[in-house]
Amino acid sequence: MNIRYKIASILAMVIMLGFSSCTEDLNTEPLDDDVVTSASVYEDAEGYQQVLGKCYAGLSLTGQQGPAGMPDIQGIDEGFSSYLRTMWTHQELSTDEAVVAWSDPGLPNFNYNNWSASNGWVKAMYNRIFYQITLCNEFIRESSDGKLSERGISGSDADAVRTYRSEVRFLRAFSYWHAIDMFGNIPFVTEEDNVGAFQPPQRSRAEVFDYIESELLDVLENGSLKDPKQNEYGRIDKAAAWMLLTKLYLNAEVYKGEPMYAEAMDYAERVINSAYQLDPNYEELFLADNHTADGIIFPVVFDGNNSQTYGGMNFLIHAAVGGSMSANDFGIDGGWAGIRVTPQLYNTFDDPANDSRAMFHTDGQELEIPDVTEFTNGYAVAKFKNITSEGNAGSVPGFVDTDWPVFRLADAYLMYAEAALRSNTGNLGTARDYVNEVRERAYGNDSENITQGELTLDFLINERARELYWEGHRRTDLIRFNMYAGDDYLWAWKGGVQEGSSIGEYLRVFPIPASDINSNSNLTQNTGY
Amino acid sequence: MKMTNLLKKSIPIIALVFLSFTAFSQNIAVEGQVTDAESGEPLPGVSIVEKGTQNGTSSDMDGNYQISVPEDATLVFSFVGYQAQEIPVNGRTTLNVQLQQQVQEMEEVVVIGYGQVRKEDATGSVSKVTADDFEEGAITSPEELLSGKASGVQITSGGGAPGSGTTIRIRGGSSMSASNAPLIVIDGVPIDNQGIDGMRNPLNTLNPGDIESFTVLKDASATAIYGSRASNGVIIIETKEGSVDRPMQVSYQGKVSLDTRTNEIDVLGADEYKTLFEDYYADNQNALDLIGDNSTDWQEQIFDPAMSHDHNLSVSGAAGGVPYRASVGYNNSNGILKTSNMERTTASITANPSFLDDRLQMDANVKGLYIENRFANDGAIGAAVAYDPTQPVKMENPGTMDDGTEIDNGYHTWLDNSGDPIPIATTNPLAMLNLEQDRSFVKRSLGNVKFDYDVHGAPGLTATLNMGYDYSESEGYVFVPVQASWEYDEQNGGGVDRDYGQTKRNELLDFYLNYQKDLESLDSRISLMGGYSWQHFWRKGFTHQTNVAKTITDQDTDYKTENYLVSFFGRLNYTFKDKYLLTATLRRDGSSRFAEDQRWGLFPSAALAWQIHKEPFLENVDAINELKLRVGYGVTGQQDITDNDYPYLARYTVSENTARYRFGDQWINTIRPEGYDENIKWEETTTYNAAIDYSLLDNRIYGNLEVYYKETDDMINTVPVPAGTNFTNRILTNVGSMKNQGFEFSVNGVAISQEDFSWEIGLNATYNENEITKLTSANDPTYQGVETGGISGGVGSNIQIHSTGYPRNAFFVYEQVYNESGDPVEGVYVDRNGDGQITNEDKYRYKQAAPTVYGGFSTRLNYKNWDFRFSGRVNIGNYVYNNIESNNNVLNQMYFSAGYLTNVTEGIYNTRFDNTQYMSDYYVRDASFLRMDNISLGYTFKDVMNQQTSVRVYTTVQNAFVITPYEGLDPEIESGIDNNFYPRPTTFVLGVSANF
Repeated sequence: MNIRYKIASILAMVIMLGFSSCTEDLNTEPLDDDVVTSASVYEDAEGYQQVLGKCYAGLSLTGQQGPAGMPDIQGIDEGFSSYLRTMWTHQELSTDEAVVAWSDPGLPNFNYNNWSASNGWVKAMYNRIFYQITLCNEFIRESSDGKLSERGISGSDADAVRTYRSEVRFLRAFSYWHAIDMFGNIPFVTEEDNVGAFQPPQRSRAEVFDYIESELLDVLENGSLKDPKQNEYGRIDKAAAWMLLTKLYLNAEVYKGEPMYAEAMDYAERVINSAYQLDPNYEELFLADNHTADGIIFPVVFDGNNSQTYGGMNFLIHAAVGGSMSANDFGIDGGWAGIRVTPQLYNTFDDPANDSRAMFHTDGQELEIPDVTEFTNGYAVAKFKNITSEGNAGSVPGFVDTDWPVFRLADAYLMYAEAALRSNTGNLGTARDYVNEVRERAYGNDSENITQGELTLDFLINERARELYWEGHRRTDLIRFNMYAGDDYLWAWKGGVQEGSSIGEYLRVFPIPASDINSNSNLTQNTGY
Repeated sequence: MKMTNLLKKSIPIIALVFLSFTAFSQNIAVEGQVTDAESGEPLPGVSIVEKGTQNGTSSDMDGNYQISVPEDATLVFSFVGYQAQEIPVNGRTTLNVQLQQQVQEMEEVVVIGYGQVRKEDATGSVSKVTADDFEEGAITSPEELLSGKASGVQITSGGGAPGSGTTIRIRGGSSMSASNAPLIVIDGVPIDNQGIDGMRNPLNTLNPGDIESFTVLKDASATAIYGSRASNGVIIIETKEGSVDRPMQVSYQGKVSLDTRTNEIDVLGADEYKTLFEDYYADNQNALDLIGDNSTDWQEQIFDPAMSHDHNLSVSGAAGGVPYRASVGYNNSNGILKTSNMERTTASITANPSFLDDRLQMDANVKGLYIENRFANDGAIGAAVAYDPTQPVKMENPGTMDDGTEIDNGYHTWLDNSGDPIPIATTNPLAMLNLEQDRSFVKRSLGNVKFDYDVHGAPGLTATLNMGYDYSESEGYVFVPVQASWEYDEQNGGGVDRDYGQTKRNELLDFYLNYQKDLESLDSRISLMGGYSWQHFWRKGFTHQTNVAKTITDQDTDYKTENYLVSFFGRLNYTFKDKYLLTATLRRDGSSRFAEDQRWGLFPSAALAWQIHKEPFLENVDAINELKLRVGYGVTGQQDITDNDYPYLARYTVSENTARYRFGDQWINTIRPEGYDENIKWEETTTYNAAIDYSLLDNRIYGNLEVYYKETDDMINTVPVPAGTNFTNRILTNVGSMKNQGFEFSVNGVAISQEDFSWEIGLNATYNENEITKLTSANDPTYQGVETGGISGGVGSNIQIHSTGYPRNAFFVYEQVYNESGDPVEGVYVDRNGDGQITNEDKYRYKQAAPTVYGGFSTRLNYKNWDFRFSGRVNIGNYVYNNIESNNNVLNQMYFSAGYLTNVTEGIYNTRFDNTQYMSDYYVRDASFLRMDNISLGYTFKDVMNQQTSVRVYTTVQNAFVITPYEGLDPEIESGIDNNFYPRPTTFVLGVSANF
């Protein structure tokens, strides 16, 4: 009996050991090399650089696989979810600068200014902006001085990460600016908030304005942004922060009812006096090799081989080509025949023949737009191309190399002039000179320079159209000039009517998407929706 | 490396098994001969067992036996078809026995998890369908055999493509966004539910000719033994084995079939189209210039009747006392959509030797499969509907590439001014089918070895060890040549060259003990089972896609992932007075997919059954042969909640080389944090079930009635996250609840049972009601729900919604307003909330995709050597959104200013819509149907060469007809959205089945 007990107990122990090793199997780690856990991502500066890359790429790409696949945003066609494409839709299609021929649900509402809180594009823009903000918050959270020393990152590596951190704070401020510009009162999250599923509070436009301003000022004062043109291509420097502050201050009356034009002039001038110069050739700012052009302060980079997307610049260049335009002239495989301008935009040019900025394709196109779904109604635009300054096609016809100019030096000149006019603090002579520099570049000579008497707000809103059309500024500009809502300024298909009609004031901000109103009980919808 | 892991784990178990070699007693040798009482013939294979022990033997070819037993033992003699006898030895050394033939049917036995039980003793809801009941005809996928045969089970094929996947739903499916597929167990090995790349239907591995039975476990008390994977039911498949009782048998089954198209979508013909077009676009010269003057029926161009053939050869018997069965099968199926084809070769071998005087039973199964598929691009179906009928099939002046190759090999293509294909135009469907090559090659092997050991010295105790594997290797490619218009890139080289592959290795180890004891003093029987299971799923794969010239890489991804499952389970069966039955089970599952705090779950169940017909007040009622009342309760889980094996981990994904960002002169691969919920866990379903099984009038009428109620909690849902809180706009988390309730009934009748003529009828029906009861953590009355059901056309457009208080996949649409003639008025919808505007708030939930009532009917007539049978199914209350109509009956989509035309459907005459109106309830149609799955007539030639040979010849029409109000191609679409659906053909089969 004893022997039996001994044998039994030995065998029992063997069995127990066998079983316990099996339950250990349940602790698994991902096998795939491409899937990394947070422990290894941040162990050196290179990991930080790659997350920084994502913070920038959030503006251009739609996922981790080009042109599509592994999308960032779920529940929508991936090409439609691109930051740049949705932003362009909001800022340009809702104005006199563009109309689109396609009838994808939700899209014609932008031609007619009659979107609702369930509009799929509005939801896409909103999700994109906050996705970007969340990414930035993560980086900022993980790159604090405390975390760096915890991870043993010091010396020049730590300095590099600190510069990354400053840039990401800019990128977050940039997206918050889009958020208040387009949505008004928004949910608010910072790096102090943890990742999870909670309900962020809603902050007013004015409160977020103050936050953005304080962030940018702090980053310029205490951060480590590089001086203008001292950073590698693709990354921002102090000039971008100055431009964003100028934009904020210029629109302060719209955002918080308080004019801050003097501050706008201050920061515009810092940009003007920086190392950036106006490129002598306007056309080159929008070509496949515009990374070599001068005067682009904040580019969003695209590349036919390495940075592919169906949204972004790829959308902008393909959608603009149709009718009798030859795809080869634009370095692409075939146009998508979507976007062109209204007669009102074309008419802001008083001398299109000599103004090098008037890059329109009129052959086979009618000026007027009786049928918004017919591409040949409305002049087409030949401003953006996937052709290099030497006339060669970009690297791949399906995906363009042309970078998107978020901020340009010429804009700073015009913003200074506008702020000077609005603030009545003088300096109108300098303002006129700045404007003339822009016009000289446009005409190639000083024959069309203006006098101080000709420098009026009416002139400036049109000059901004001529210089900056299709670059994502129009809606903000028209609202600031009180020309967006109401019937002071009508353009083709505004309000759903070919001659244009009055639209409600409430349309100056977009609605908070119904999906977020549903998931976050702290949010109140914007009036009118 | 993985196999030795498995072996390492089995060592402790094997050790336990050998622990038991201890029994010894005083024995004498008893011998004798067993014969048939009537004929005096010796009976081989009779089982002779020492009563109350596992000590036994069987009689040899001459009926002789020899056994060593204690002098006072009692010997039990039993044999299939004969009445068993118990004879005390009383010290005799010679004992001859005559056995009487048994008149009644043998008791039916059903398999349940980790064991077997007599059908009359089953306390859970178990439906068994055997080879006799299977559907006839050209069946390539095993689960089609079960279609319509078991109540509560709904089987929907994915379409008419050869080898297409099927969706199996048991009692409505208990999940919303996690998998609703039941757990499938093949010969004791639960296989993983995730598909195999390159193979549309993983169950195709089994040759239908090898399957002996399907047992469907439906309620919680039957399924809870499978714990965290059992919420959607369990289907146990047993394959055929050899047997010592039967002499060697060779069988051959062969069939030849012809598939034909039943239906087509009503699009406009060339003349009608031209008339409509020239009227609508009278002012648009650009548009009018594009009209052609041919007349092409594109749908007819892409479909062709298809022939297929299937062969199956099997040999079964016993070699040297070892029962075995070996089979080989070959199937070559062509589909009605041109170029679709599947070729499959299967082989299997099973052996069931027994050792140690039948105390150690071993079952070894190995199955292998090789499949080659050619997938036709089913986008061609939608393209054929949309293609301009006024254009010719082949162009007179096709566009050419620089080297002279014709674009699309000369098939009509829309070209722009420079002679290049227009990238967004409709693609020629014939070009899509003929230019594209989409092939896959899959090898798979499933096998297991099972040992059942009647432990020496422990009477009533059986130890079972089951070790199984499931390995597959698949690879495939998609090749589109450079001249294809839809992948055209003259400058850099277009076309697509895509390679993909996947390797899967799954292993299983089960060990459990079964103990049976009769407690005569208590007039009860008790049976206990306890065990352990370990399962490992591992897979890796890659996809590599470039253009044909290999100069541009579109995709270069690979993955490797695994998960483990470890479980402990036990069951108690207690029978009192052979009338009152109690079953209780408990399973503890641990899964590597969840964080440590959430990893383990407990799944209990309990069931009671009362065999009322054994009660004194019913014992003498001859009409009632069986009347059993069952009630049960149990909790099961669903852990296939996502295709990610690590959903709770904070992970980062590195970008591919096509999605990099530029810093200076470097291209940086970005790293993205992924959205996650660290508290994620499995869904849990609680089921209550009550049923009555009956059998009346000498077992001529039998069936059952069941009522059930299932509630799912912690239901996985991808919910929108409040903006700014997580690295995604939608996150997968446990947030909802859902309930399913309904009743099933089945009735089978033997209307006539005579020697030459018999007629059986079977009917079953299920009524299921599904409702989502909770979707968000807080009860928010303004939360609309989760939009789902993507449709073609539109920006992220969804036509269905999961909302609280409504069934899953309800259609979420505007209510259309109609004019006096009953035609819809474009863009005019009912303003349901009366606010003067038509917004999202005016949408309402309308109907659902799943049927409310579904069932099957079948009948079989045998007259002399003839047999005739037919069977069919009915679905009532399922609705389908006709996406083909909503996409293709719009006037302003006939012409696109990029330079191409598209056709419209006849629905245009009713709607005359200018613009698409995707969200109208006008397109949600009643798709209830009655489908005659099978009509079959056969003749059996008996005693062809000798007594054991028989040959049956038969002809079958499959999918003979469908009666439905739905006007689209096919009303049976599981998702409820009709788009690019590969139509199911009507098949004519001629088959032969021979047994030697």
